[in-house]
Formats: sequence, C-alpha cells, structure tokens
Amino acid sequence: MIRIANGQGFWGDWLEAPVRLVEQGPIDYLALDYLAEITMSILQKQKEADPYLGYARDFPPLISRIQRRLIERDVKVIANAGGVNPMACAREVRRLAPSLKVAVVLGDDVFSRLDEFLAAGHLMKNMDTGEPLSAIRDRILSANAYIGAFPLAEALAAGADVVIAGRCTDTALSLAPMIHRFGWKPDEWDKLAAGTIAGHIVECGAQCTGGNCQVDWQTIPDMANIGYPIIEADNDGRFSITKHEGTGGRVSVDVIKEQLLYELGDPKNYITPDCVADFTSIQLKDAGPDRVQVSGIRGGKRPEMLKLSIAYSYGWKAIGTLVYSWPQAAEKAKAADRIVRERLHQLGLKFEEIYTEFLGVNACHGPVAVPNPDPPEVQLRIGVRGQDHAAVDRFTREMIPLVLSGPPTGTGFGDGRPPVREVVAYWPALIPRQLIQTSVEVVE
Amino acid sequence: MKIPLSRIAHARSGDKGDTSNIGIIALDVRHYPVLAREVTAERVKYFFGSMVKGNVERFELPNLGALNFLLHQGLGGGGTLSLRIDAQGKTLGAALLRMEIEIADGEVLGRSLHPV
Repeated sequence: MIRIANGQGFWGDWLEAPVRLVEQGPIDYLALDYLAEITMSILQKQKEADPYLGYARDFPPLISRIQRRLIERDVKVIANAGGVNPMACAREVRRLAPSLKVAVVLGDDVFSRLDEFLAAGHLMKNMDTGEPLSAIRDRILSANAYIGAFPLAEALAAGADVVIAGRCTDTALSLAPMIHRFGWKPDEWDKLAAGTIAGHIVECGAQCTGGNCQVDWQTIPDMANIGYPIIEADNDGRFSITKHEGTGGRVSVDVIKEQLLYELGDPKNYITPDCVADFTSIQLKDAGPDRVQVSGIRGGKRPEMLKLSIAYSYGWKAIGTLVYSWPQAAEKAKAADRIVRERLHQLGLKFEEIYTEFLGVNACHGPVAVPNPDPPEVQLRIGVRGQDHAAVDRFTREMIPLVLSGPPTGTGFGDGRPPVREVVAYWPALIPRQLIQTSVEVVE
Repeated sequence: MKIPLSRIAHARSGDKGDTSNIGIIALDVRHYPVLAREVTAERVKYFFGSMVKGNVERFELPNLGALNFLLHQGLGGGGTLSLRIDAQGKTLGAALLRMEIEIADGEVLGRSLHPV
C-alpha cells in the first residue's frame, strides 16, 4: 500500500496544507496541482517579460520550507508547477533545496510547434464551436498538450525527489506514483482507471475532505484545521480515501460522491491520456471514521488524440460595483443601472455584452432566486466586455459619479474605479498523440 | 405531494468552459428512482430558463444514486469571458435543489438536506 496526498487543489490554495501533510502523519507522495486552464497564458506572459519566470512561484519556497521533512520521511513530490517554464522552476528549486534530486517532464509545450501542426493539415478545431484554429492564430498566447501519468512515472523511476511537470492532467499527479510503484502497464485499463478516479477525487484538495460540502455542513468539525486528502492505494486498483488523524474536516460517502460529480461530463467516458475511466462502475463503502473504500472500477483503452489547451487574447472587460442601502435598495440599484446604460448609449460606446446583477437579489441564481422583497442593502454589479479597450476603459469612469448624481444612499466606491482586464479565452482542441513526445530531464 | 429536491438530494456544481455541470445525489439511495423519474433534462432546462442558452444533457450514475447534468451555454460565456459573479456555476447546484418534484406520501424516507 502506498499513500499519496494532495496538498494543493489550485494555485492559490491554502499554503499550510502541504506543510501539514508532511508534518502530521505518514505519506509517501505529495501531489500538488497548480494549473487551471487560463493559468498557462498568465505564465506565458510572465515568461515573455522575464525568461526566468513562467512557473508557479509559490512552489520553490514551499519545497525550501519542507525539504528537511521530505528527506527525513522519504516523501516524493509530484507537481505541475512548471507551467510554461519547468526548467526555470527546477533550477530555482535546486537553488533553494540543493540536496534534493529534481526532474522535469518536457514536451507538453507546443506553442512553438503550432505552425508545423497547421502546415501538416491539423485544423485543431475548437471542440465547442468547430471553428478552425487559423481563425485566431495571430492572437494565441500559449498552447499545451495535456500529457498523462507515464512520463511522470518515468521521472520517479529516474530517482527524482521532486518531479516538475507543465501541463499534465490533474489526475496524472496521483496516478503516476501507482504506475511507478506497482509497475502498472499502459494497457491495464481497469487499474489505470482506478488510479485516475483516485486522482479525480483528490485533485481539488479539501473538496473531498469536507470542504464545500452541502451535507450537514454545520457539523463538519474544525474546518480551520481541515485535513487534506490521502489516497491509500493498493496494487490491485482498490483504494481508500482518508486524511490524517487529528485534522479537521470529514471523509464520508456523501463527501466523496459530491467530489466524484464535480466537473464531470459523460460519466462512462472520462477521457484522459492514460485511459477512459467509467464512473458508473465505482463502488463506495464507509470504512470507519474518515475513511471511504473505493472499488469495482473499470476502464477502457486510451484515446488516439490528446487534448490541447490553447489560450488566446479575446478582448477586454471591466466590472463596476456600487452599494445601495435600505430602503428600496433594489429599486435604487435598478435605477442606477438604467442611468449607466443610458450614459454609455449616449457616448456611442459599443460592447459585446453589458450584464447587470443585483447582489442580495438575484446574482447567483438569476430568475431562480428566492424573492427578497426589502433587503437591507443591494450591490449593483455591472460588467462590460468588448474588443475596444477605450470603450471598456470609459465605462470604468461611469460608476462612481452616480454616488453624487444618481439615486440616494449609494456607497461602496472606496476602491476607486475598477481595473480594465484583458480577457484571455480558452480554445480546447485535439491533436494526434504521436505528435507529442515527452522527455524526462534530471536537473543537476 | 410536492417537495423541494433538497428534501431528498444534495448537489455539487462546477464548470467546463461555458458548460455548467450539476451533480444531483440522493441522500438515501432508495430515492434514486424518484430522482431519475422527476428530474429530467427537459425540466432542468425549463427550471433555469434564460440562464441556460443551450441544451441540457442528463447522465445516470445509479451506482452513486446520482444524476449528472450538463447545462450547455449555461455560464454567460464561461471561464474568463463570463461577466457573472458566479462564472464557474459553483452555486447552480444549490439553485437546482429548490426545484419542486412530485412524490408519493410513502416515498419520502430518511434524512433531509435542510431541517423540514
């Protein structure tokens, strides 16, 4: 049996979680997930400004902080902290923790290969809209293929204490140690599917140990000290999900079911580079306090195509807010919205979309919201999006004047006018897997 | 009689681009047939009205006593494009639990998500 913990569900997750995982009990592997779909484009911009950046900058200081424990307890780290510059990330880790052996997995970054792919006739159509990539070719900011667990397992086999990848799948971070330690073969679909589903359960960190859980949420103990998840995996593909003793949170069948359904598409066809996992085969069993056993998982053959994560520059947006107090808070906010829209119209500004929400009335649930006839306050929230930076910038000057020139009791303008933000959009596409060659490099 | 879905189910929701996914899970697996009968893709589409521009797909997970819904074009553009405060659809699962379903008196069993 091996223990694989997840200490980071996204870049920006709780900084103490991975530290506590190596302090508070036994684990063999520490998986850390840093990348969301648009993170790559942000990192690409950082790399263009500075060739030594382009990775998750929280990662090297974390390794520095826990390096002694990693050695004492023989814990290996697997992280996709490399972003678009895994080598720079590895060098920084080596600088801060020279006694650790660091390996990087390369080959996911295809930003410089897109024209080669296009010339060879690969259209890389948008999986949602069907448009060919050529439509946005000149606006692309980053392009990465999702790679699977086998290259990460190869890095572990090379003796790495710390494995740094770029855009691997989130599930690969947990599956890789199972492949490495149990010697699973690339066609053992059921086992690979089991490891993939284990990875899916823990990839959002504490969201499978009681975080964001609806069932009896008020009674979930000690959320301030919530334990992050641990997979106890067996060679035959069965595993348990648990957390360290004495930590807060809860691991139960209810909690695990919620996380299994999170960001799920067709449950019979959960496609990864390593296999296709069947979520309708999963059997769960409560197996004692804070422990759920998972078994029965079936899988199918890996796909011939890999998914590409492409980010491109789309336009600009800004969100402006003001707060109106009781009485008639909602009516005042609605009147203010009409004034802003009329002024934008008079200025002749064109936007792709102007969208208004009233927080305290209907922002989260729209037409489904529970009526709230006379709330103590309402936040007006107006968003605009468009291709014209000047128009979006002008909008950001149209909110605050209403405090003096609009309906009464307007407030909440203390942060000044809102920033104009670049909209980076995501372009999912497919590419034949034989075009993507990965390699492992040990960084001395 | 009519009951809100929260009487017999819990939920979690998230995003994939401009598609929202909502998992609806029976609090007692014996209620799964009621979920499967009452919470159809058509009713979910109707329930969310103007919030969901595209179609709604439903997938069944009887092993977990759960249904998974995909609400296409359901997040106002999704991810970075959306101007909504809940651009990732994190709260849409809770919204769906307000949907009223028809249930026979003898069919209501066990615990509820919220005190009733």
